[in-house]
Amino acid sequence: MHSKQSKWLWACALLVYGFLYLPLLIVVVYSFNDSRLNAEWVGFTTHWYGVLFSDEQMLTAARNSLLIGLVSSIFATFFGTLAGLSMYKYRLRLLPVLVLTPIAIPEILMALSLLMFFVTLNFSMGYLSITVAHIAFSIGFVAIVVRSRLQGMDESLVEAARDLGASPLQAFWRVTFPLILPGIIAGALMAFTLSIDDFVITYFVAGAGASTLPLQIYSMLKIAVTPEVNAISSLLMLLTLALIMIAAKLAPGALRASH
Amino acid sequence: MSISTSKRVSKWLISGPPLLYLLIFFAIPTGMMALAAFRFPGDYGGLMPLFGTDAATGKTTLLINAQNWHDYITLDNFARFFQEPVFIELFIKSFCYAGLTTLLCLVLSYPLAWLIARSPKKWRDLLVLLVILPFWSNFLIRVYAWMIILGPQGYFAKVVNGFLGMFGVEPLQFLFTPFAVVLVLVYVHLPFMVLPLYANLEKHDMALLDAAQDLGASRWQRFWKVTWPLSLPGVYAGAALVFIPALGIFAVPDLVGGTDGIMIGNLIKQQFLDSRDWPFGSVLSIMLTLSVLIMAGLMSLLGRGGKRNAL
Repeated sequence: MHSKQSKWLWACALLVYGFLYLPLLIVVVYSFNDSRLNAEWVGFTTHWYGVLFSDEQMLTAARNSLLIGLVSSIFATFFGTLAGLSMYKYRLRLLPVLVLTPIAIPEILMALSLLMFFVTLNFSMGYLSITVAHIAFSIGFVAIVVRSRLQGMDESLVEAARDLGASPLQAFWRVTFPLILPGIIAGALMAFTLSIDDFVITYFVAGAGASTLPLQIYSMLKIAVTPEVNAISSLLMLLTLALIMIAAKLAPGALRASH
Repeated sequence: MSISTSKRVSKWLISGPPLLYLLIFFAIPTGMMALAAFRFPGDYGGLMPLFGTDAATGKTTLLINAQNWHDYITLDNFARFFQEPVFIELFIKSFCYAGLTTLLCLVLSYPLAWLIARSPKKWRDLLVLLVILPFWSNFLIRVYAWMIILGPQGYFAKVVNGFLGMFGVEPLQFLFTPFAVVLVLVYVHLPFMVLPLYANLEKHDMALLDAAQDLGASRWQRFWKVTWPLSLPGVYAGAALVFIPALGIFAVPDLVGGTDGIMIGNLIKQQFLDSRDWPFGSVLSIMLTLSVLIMAGLMSLLGRGGKRNAL
């Protein structure tokens, strides 16, 4: 590679990385700004974190989000792991379509069809409908991670276990399951992150009165923004970063599988 | 139990639960939406009921029958979409925003993807991870970051307007404009373009470029005659991954678009939540789905064609 050309390329790349990270950095920096406006830097303060931790509504929303994330990721991991196993082992026509389409279509389509479904069936809108919807859109992500883990697995290990007299079930629990467990955990972490982050689908199926962190942040962005939003955003980024790092350690392919 | 039945049982024990869940909570709702496009709106929003309960007997009966079906099923909602130009115009506008977003993502991603693909192997994973990482932070936070940057009191507006002011130009507004919509769309979709491009460029055989150079091709020629045609499958894959979600986006125009910057997603939301006209909202959703399918089909066709031409 010519050094002149490579310098020019590196400059381009640095600009793009700057474009990706600078906005997020600004959010974090302004969370420590001693001013109600996200405009000029006035001075350092941790005031907004104090405001955040005494904001009952925000804390309730955070608790709701964590609970919904926990419950929906457990169910999504169960269904998603089975779907990944099935897509790897059997050639069903319908399942891959049902698993992969929710990932591919614009979110608003799934959000509105679920809204119609819940309203028509008189399903009470609230935390249950949110959880049900989150499970539905997370299954595909878990399934993809689990399937890619299975594809990377050495099939002869299972055959060896079978030759040594293990039943199919034993071979699964003793050989396959431990090997794909990192993928399952990575999928679970992804489902949890997706649930905590989801705004569009939650917004449409939440009904009146239910609140999650993204809904709470949205209403503040719409009505009155204070740097409290920056504070909660910074903490949320920290949490997501930690979860994603763990997921990446467990299943290096997991992050890319979602794209 | 014979082996084949036990195999069949385990097949359905594994596939059954996710299949059932997604049938109930994805396939049926989607089907309901598709059918709703052919129905009449209800008196108080929603849909005109197909079942009626007799007040005296308390029995629920199906109202629709072979004689009166045209009172319940209609194509009017589709006719309305094609008759009132506002809707087609909004679709065209959304296509333009999503198209511009795709183009800008491509221009920004190409040098970066090329650089990552050509950097030492041990760095590549890290460089890719750095592209994906911001994508995993909350979507609203990423939009909010730009609300801060583009806001009228932010440094960006002050610097640009200060510069323009020297030439006597009126201060410009950045937030709540189509400009903000496209900028934020590019920001949130950039990784979707970088990843497929990188995956493609990484596989290129550098010997081809050396051969072209030996044969006297300039740097410019080497790019347009060798690298670019070979990378077309990656370009089309990235274009599909950016264009499709960008076309149906709702939150970005809602937060930074103002009144001029609204897109299809916002119109659909209005129909469902504000006007409570489900049938017409469903028609718009079907049109959006069709657009998405056509674009996805086109991109995969072009991608395949590109691969064939390159070989």
